[in-house]
Amino acid sequence: MLKVSTAPHMYTPTNTVKIMQDVIISLIPAGLVGIAIFGLNALITIVTAVVGCVAMEYVACKYILKVKPSTKDLSAIVTGLLLAYNLPCNMPIWMTLIGCFVAIIIAKVAFGGIGKNLFNPALIGRVFLFISFPIQMTTWVEPKLFDFMNTDASTSATTLGILKHAEGEISASNLTSLIPDYTDMFLGYTGGSMGEVSAIALLLGLFYLLYRRVVSWHIPFFYVATFFALTSGFYYYTGDNSLDPVTHLLSGGLFLGAFFMATDYTTSPMSKKGKIIFAIGCGVLTFVIRRYSAYPEGVSFAILIMNAFVPLIDKFARPRAYGTRRK
Amino acid sequence: MKKIKTFTIGGIHPDKFKLSSDIAIEDAGVPEIVTIPVKQHIGAPAKILVGKGDKVKVGTLVADADGIISADVHSSVSGEVIKVEETETGSGYPEKMITIKVEGDEWEEDIDRTPDIVSEITASAEDIVNIIRKSGIVGMGGAGFPTPVKVTVPQGKNVDYLILNGIECEPYLTADDRLMQECSEQIVIGAKILSKALNAKKTVIAVDENKPNAIKTLKKAVGIHKGVSVQVCATKYPQGAEKQLITAVSGREVPSGGLPIDAGCVVQNVGTAFAIYEAVQKNKPLFERIVTVSGDDVEKAGNFRVRIGTPSSYLIEKAGQKSEIGKIIFGGPMMGIAGVNLNAPITKISSGILILKDESAYKPEVSPCIRCATCVDVCPQGLEPYMIHSLIRNGEYDEAEKIHVLDCIECGCCAYSCPARIPLLDYCKLAKYEIRKKK
Repeated sequence: MLKVSTAPHMYTPTNTVKIMQDVIISLIPAGLVGIAIFGLNALITIVTAVVGCVAMEYVACKYILKVKPSTKDLSAIVTGLLLAYNLPCNMPIWMTLIGCFVAIIIAKVAFGGIGKNLFNPALIGRVFLFISFPIQMTTWVEPKLFDFMNTDASTSATTLGILKHAEGEISASNLTSLIPDYTDMFLGYTGGSMGEVSAIALLLGLFYLLYRRVVSWHIPFFYVATFFALTSGFYYYTGDNSLDPVTHLLSGGLFLGAFFMATDYTTSPMSKKGKIIFAIGCGVLTFVIRRYSAYPEGVSFAILIMNAFVPLIDKFARPRAYGTRRK
Repeated sequence: MKKIKTFTIGGIHPDKFKLSSDIAIEDAGVPEIVTIPVKQHIGAPAKILVGKGDKVKVGTLVADADGIISADVHSSVSGEVIKVEETETGSGYPEKMITIKVEGDEWEEDIDRTPDIVSEITASAEDIVNIIRKSGIVGMGGAGFPTPVKVTVPQGKNVDYLILNGIECEPYLTADDRLMQECSEQIVIGAKILSKALNAKKTVIAVDENKPNAIKTLKKAVGIHKGVSVQVCATKYPQGAEKQLITAVSGREVPSGGLPIDAGCVVQNVGTAFAIYEAVQKNKPLFERIVTVSGDDVEKAGNFRVRIGTPSSYLIEKAGQKSEIGKIIFGGPMMGIAGVNLNAPITKISSGILILKDESAYKPEVSPCIRCATCVDVCPQGLEPYMIHSLIRNGEYDEAEKIHVLDCIECGCCAYSCPARIPLLDYCKLAKYEIRKKK
């Protein structure tokens, strides 16, 4: 029997599962640094979030959507990892599970599952937890390298937290003694969410994604560049020492957000032009929130706000069709 | 060394599988029976001139072009017409065909069968167009558009670039590659004939980077027959698509909805140029062509000189099959058509026959779109296949037309690259069909 089908008769070896595998691989370095610095609790939170997300997606597909469970595409693992990376390491397990529920059930399945969600599920989960449990979500454990029972909740502030409260009250020299130096921030020896602390680990992940062509450079580059340009501009123009651009670049969730959350396929624009607009928007909003709002950090909100603009951006930032060159 | 050129929007790099680029063209010989379709081109079927019992020779006109957009058909064998009736094509549709039982191999007397290369072009521009028309030549790259129409320049238009397409970007296929390696001089003379007919300012043969032998022989040939140049293009699919090739070579774009001549360009396949050489210089009508037989199920991939009307099964037997055939493709794996009929005849536009194993014959399972934007990135026409897909699923054909779906060249880059294996090309084709039907 001859088989017939429409063209093409061959396909790229890449598929959805392989893409998700690559994203998971790219997130491993940041996770390892998180565990090395924050110990066993970090590992527990990561495992809880991943298992929670996968289990909820499985149950939701089977009993709510009544479709073949989509857990095989590994996207729930990515959501779980990203959610965990956005949490402090000593989150109670039940709170992490609430985060999983909001991320998977409300932000993803309720919109129709993979590819249909308007907002980044992991960020929705994180922001929900942040608003519901502000104490736990801002209690940061002191970084201690290879101390696996690091449960000491002697709260350490994040760099951005110090900067936020520093405005006008602390002199420049005192500030320098309070915030970690660039090397510590670059390597990740600083307080914060477990996956966001190490710039080098996140860069490593980004390079892997770029090398595998899973993401294009447009969103990470324009997001970080816009933000860096704005902070440097204000730093040198106003002399406001709470805006040291390099400290800002390396602290908070900027790299995690710009490399792994803003580049999420489903919630970012399709055309190159659109991606650039989206990334610049994220950069501007992150700057505005960090500088002018009550919150020290603005990456999650910035990306979620820009997520809402994606359909509009897709409608107006179309690629130029061949043969329609403007004269 | 001139710069390697390419088109600017999208494109992909599928595996090449050029199994037969070093295998010399072999004469497939004459089968016992040939079945010659009277419609091997775009346009009206040719009017049949013969009936059952008529004796024909190789090169005898058996069907006459019906109107401007049509083409003459010549017998490829000598023998007796045994049937003139509707026969199943490769895709399984009935079409008028002339079946001839072969007796010997007697050619029409006026065909020059000597191997000498005739380089002096004596025919006038007008004569050239007439000879091309009388020889039944159509675009041999796959489209099958009647060549006489393409070599008649509309009033007020000029040909700045005559581009010979030697790209052959489809995986597996090597027919043009072999022809360029073995008959480069004839192709260059064919180019000069076309150039004379079109009064072209520049004549360029475009070859892609991964055909080093063809580039070498062509460069030698353009050294002998002056006035033609060779342009090396990057190996990228669909470099051989007309619009993409024009952009690569000339830097111009064919306006949306327009023809290549609107950009001052004419593109002809190298196989067509070879056929034009044979017609004009050797008085030989188009009744044979080079066909690649390849695929993952062939024993010995090869290139054959085949008489039009030869059954595909005759060629498959020559190449040998490894296991039971899963799928037969007429053309390349990106744009070719899967056939239902192993006996389907070779036509003027058959560039290749691919036979695939059973495991390679299935369409993969489709999963939901993850909005990865790969389809947008790879589309060489700058379209948004994902958007066309969702519009067509909702029946919004007008909206699809607004985002230029009619400019789709059906190259298949989107469907090839989709990680969710959504048949994006099918939706584009459906949209084009429905929109054109309404007009």
